[in-house]
Amino acid sequence: MAAEVLSTSSLVAVENPARPRRAFRLTNLLPRIGFAIYLLALMLPIYWLINMSLRSNEEITSSLAFWPHHPSLQKYFFIFNDPTWVHAFMVSLTYVAINTVISVTVALPAAYAFNRYHFIGDKYLFFWLLSNLMAPAAVYAMPFFNLYYAIGLFDTIWAVALAHCLFNVPVAVWILEGFVAGVPREIDEMAAIDGYSFPRFFIRIFIPLIANGVGVTAFFCFMFSWVEQLLATTLTATDALPFAAVMTRSYSVAGMDWSLLAAAGVLTMIPGALVIWFVRNHIAKGFALGRV
Amino acid sequence: MALHPINHVWEQGRAYALLGPSGCGKTTLLNIISGLIFPSQGRVLFDGKDVTQLPTEQRNIAQVFQFPVIYDTMTVGENLAFPLKNRRMERAAIKARVAEIADLLDLTNDLSRRARALTVEAKQKVSLGRGLVRADVAAMLFDEPLTVIDPALKWHLRSKLKAVHRALDLLMIYVTHDQVEALTFADEVVVMKDGRVLQVASPAQLFERPEHTFVGYFIGSPGMNLIAAKVSDHVAHVSGHDIELGARYPKIKNGDAVIGFRPDFASLAPEGGIPVQVRRIEDLGRRRLARVALGPHEIFANVPEGVSIGGGTAGLSIQQDRLFVYVDDELVLGDRR
Amino acid sequence: MEKPLNNRAWLMVAPVLVLVLFSALLPMMTVVNYSVQDSLGQNQFFWNGDAWFRDLLNPSTEIGARFSDALLRNLSFSLVTLALEVPLGIAIALCLPRGGWAVGPLLVLIALPMLIPWNVIGTMWQIFSRADIGLFGAALTGLGLHYNVTQNAISAWCTIVVIDVWHWTPLIILLTYAGLRAIPDAYYQAARIDAASRWATFINIELPKLQKVLVIAILLRFMQTFMIYTEPFVVTGGGPGSATTFLSIDLVKIALGQVDLGPAAAMSLVYNLITLTICWIFFTIMTQLDRRRYA
Repeated sequence: MAAEVLSTSSLVAVENPARPRRAFRLTNLLPRIGFAIYLLALMLPIYWLINMSLRSNEEITSSLAFWPHHPSLQKYFFIFNDPTWVHAFMVSLTYVAINTVISVTVALPAAYAFNRYHFIGDKYLFFWLLSNLMAPAAVYAMPFFNLYYAIGLFDTIWAVALAHCLFNVPVAVWILEGFVAGVPREIDEMAAIDGYSFPRFFIRIFIPLIANGVGVTAFFCFMFSWVEQLLATTLTATDALPFAAVMTRSYSVAGMDWSLLAAAGVLTMIPGALVIWFVRNHIAKGFALGRV
Repeated sequence: MALHPINHVWEQGRAYALLGPSGCGKTTLLNIISGLIFPSQGRVLFDGKDVTQLPTEQRNIAQVFQFPVIYDTMTVGENLAFPLKNRRMERAAIKARVAEIADLLDLTNDLSRRARALTVEAKQKVSLGRGLVRADVAAMLFDEPLTVIDPALKWHLRSKLKAVHRALDLLMIYVTHDQVEALTFADEVVVMKDGRVLQVASPAQLFERPEHTFVGYFIGSPGMNLIAAKVSDHVAHVSGHDIELGARYPKIKNGDAVIGFRPDFASLAPEGGIPVQVRRIEDLGRRRLARVALGPHEIFANVPEGVSIGGGTAGLSIQQDRLFVYVDDELVLGDRR
Repeated sequence: MEKPLNNRAWLMVAPVLVLVLFSALLPMMTVVNYSVQDSLGQNQFFWNGDAWFRDLLNPSTEIGARFSDALLRNLSFSLVTLALEVPLGIAIALCLPRGGWAVGPLLVLIALPMLIPWNVIGTMWQIFSRADIGLFGAALTGLGLHYNVTQNAISAWCTIVVIDVWHWTPLIILLTYAGLRAIPDAYYQAARIDAASRWATFINIELPKLQKVLVIAILLRFMQTFMIYTEPFVVTGGGPGSATTFLSIDLVKIALGQVDLGPAAAMSLVYNLITLTICWIFFTIMTQLDRRRYA
C-alpha cells in the first residue's frame, strides 16, 4: 500500500538558514531580564573605575559624583608619556604571551594523555598538578627569589614566564582534559583506521575539535599570568620590571594617587579584552557531528 | 549548502537511501526533512500537511546520528522510555512498549544497565530504539549511522535495520556515502552530487541503466567504463575503432559524447570484437576481471568462465542494450528502430 | 570503555611535569625546612620538631585560637561565595547567545572584571563602598541600610562577598559557556525529537556534559576563595576587629616583622594541607561518581 507520507517539493536550501524562532513567552523574557540586570551590575564598578580615572584625587576623596566635574585624561597622558610605565607594560605583555604559549602547548598532549590513557600514578599526578595552585604565594616568594637568582634568570622576562608555569600549566591541563573528555573516543579510532599518523591526527583533527577548550584555556592562562603580582615583582628588578611593580608608585608619601591607579586599572583591561576578542570564535564554536 | 530543486514523494513503508560523496547535499536534505534547517524555497509535506516551518518536535520524525546519541545518566530502559514519558504516556503502556522494542533490538538483557557502559553498537541500537518506541513516527531518518561501528559488526546492525524495517513497515531514509550500504538497505536510492539529485531508482535500475555518468561511475565495483567518443548516427568512434551502438543518435552536437558500459556487460574473448591490449587479468574468485586498453583508454571487462586469454591482445565485445551514450554527463536515449 | 594501559603516555606528560616540578619542589622544601626549626635571630636556627604544629592545632593556645577562628571564617566564606557564584554563573552562561555578532562583545564585557589587577579592585572598592564618596555605599545607606564597611562586621563581610562574586563569577560563566558550546548539536536535536522540556534538556544533557568543566571551576574557585588575600586586605584591612581576617591575612601578619618564621611556615603548611585535603575529597568523590556510571 503506497501512501504518500512525505513529499519534498521544489526544495532549495541556502547556507546558514534560519532556525525556528522560539515562541514569545514570559518564561523566555525573564531570563533575558535577569541577564540584563547581571550585565548592569557587572558594568557598574567598571564604570566607577573609569569615572575615578577621569577625576582628580581631591575630587575623588571629597565628593560623590556620577561623572567628573572636570573630566581629564591627564593620568592617561601621564602613563603614556612615562617610559617606565610603557616599558613595564610591554614587559608584562611579553612574559604573559610567552607563558600562555608555553602553558597551552605543553598542556595539550598532557591533557590528552590523562584522559585517553591509563598509566602508573596518573590519578595522583593529575591531582598533584592542581595542588600547586594551593601554594600560599606570600611564603613562597623568598624561596623563588633564591632559586631564580641562583640560576641567573633573575630580572628577566623568562623568570616570570617560567615561574607562572607553576599555576598556569596545571590550570591548562585540567581545563583541557575536561574538553578532551568530550570528544568521543571513536574519532581517534576512525582516524587511525583512515591512516592518520598520530601527530597529524592530533594537530589537524583533534585540536580543532577542542577549540572551545583551547580558546578558553588560552584566555585564562593569559589572565592569571597578567594579574599575578607577587612573583612578577619578586623576580624582577629593573630590566624586566612589570607594570604591577610600577603601579605601586601610586602609593607615595603624599598619599594614594587614586586616579592614577584607576587609569592604570582601565588600561590593564585592554590587552585581556583583545585576547578574548581574538578567541571568541574558538570559545563559541559549535559542533555538528560529522565524519572528519 | 545550496540544493537544486528537488521534487520527490517518499512513500510509507519503503526504505530510501540518499547516496553520494561528501558535500553532495544529502545531509542537508535530511536536515530539511527533520526540521534542523529550513529551506529558502519549497515545501515539505507530511501526509499532505505542510510542515516546512514547523520545528523538529512538531514533526513525527525520529533520527539516528553518526555517533550514538544517548542520555549518559540514564539506563537503557530509561533512555527508551524517555520520549514516551515526555509525551505523557501511561507508565504501564510505556513499560510494555519499551519491552517490545527492546526485544526487537535484542536489548532486553541490558535494560537496567547504564547506557553509557554499552558498546558502540549497542548504543546505536539504543539510539534507534528511542526512535522506534514512538508509534506515531512517520519517518525514521538515518545520518550515516554505521560510521563508527566496527567494520566487522556492520553487517549485524545492517540486518537489524532491515529486520526492523520489515517488522514495523516504517518509512526510512538513510544517508550514506557507502554504496554497499545503500544498495543492500534501500528499496530506492537517491543518488546525489553537488546539491543535485542525479537519479532516483531501485538498486537494480541504477546498476542496469544509470542516467548520469556519475551514477555509472559511483555504483558498482569497479564502476562503469566511461570513454570519450565521437558519435555519428549509430556508430561510436573510439581510438580509430568503430563500435556499433545498436541505436541511432542523430542529434549529438559535434558528435562529442561519452559512451558507458559496465564491465559486467563487456566480455573478453581471444579474438573477435574490438581489438584491445590486455594489461592484467585478476582472479576475484567468482569472476575474472580484465584490465585492458583501447588506445589510451583503460577499460575493465569480464572474462567469461572457460575462456582463457593467452597473449597480450584480445577481443572485447559489449552488450549492445547495455551500451549507453552520455552527452554532458546525462543519458541520451537513442532511436532503436 | 576501559582506558588502555599505556606507560608511554608519560612522554606526553613529561614536559608538564618538568616545568611544574622546577617551580614547585625547591620552594616547598624551603618552607618545610623553616617549619621545623626555631631561630634565635641572626639566621641561627635550631631544631624545633613538631612544636609549632602542636601549638597551631591546639585551640587553647593563642596561635591555635587565631588559627581555628580564621579557618572557620575561610570555610564559611568559601561556602557562601560558591553557593552564590556557581548557580549564577551557570544561569548566565545559559543565557548567552550561541552564535552571532553579540557573542564577541558580550564575552569581552563579561571577562572585564577578571582582568583588573587585584589591588586595583581592592582600592577601587574601597572608594566605591564608602557611604560618602562611593556609589555603592551611598546607594545602600540611601536605601536605609546600616552599611559601614569599617565599623560593621556584617557590612564588611557582605562587601567582600559581593566583591568576590562580581570579580569571579565570569570565570564560571566563561568555563560553562565554552563547555556548553562543545556539546554537539545532535544532542539538542535528539532532545527535541524526544520532546524534552528545556529543564529536562538541561538536567539530562547539558549538566552531565558540563561535569568536568564544573569540577575544575568549583575547585579553582574554592582554592581562590580559601586563600583570598588582596581584596579583603585592601578593602577592610582584616577588620573591623578580626571579622574579615582570613587565614592568609593572618599568615602574613604573623610572618612579617617576626624573627622566627617557624610559626608562619608551620601555619602555611597546615593551611596548604587543609586546602589539599578538601580538594582531594571533592576530586575523589567526583571520580568515584564517574566510575560508578560505567558500572
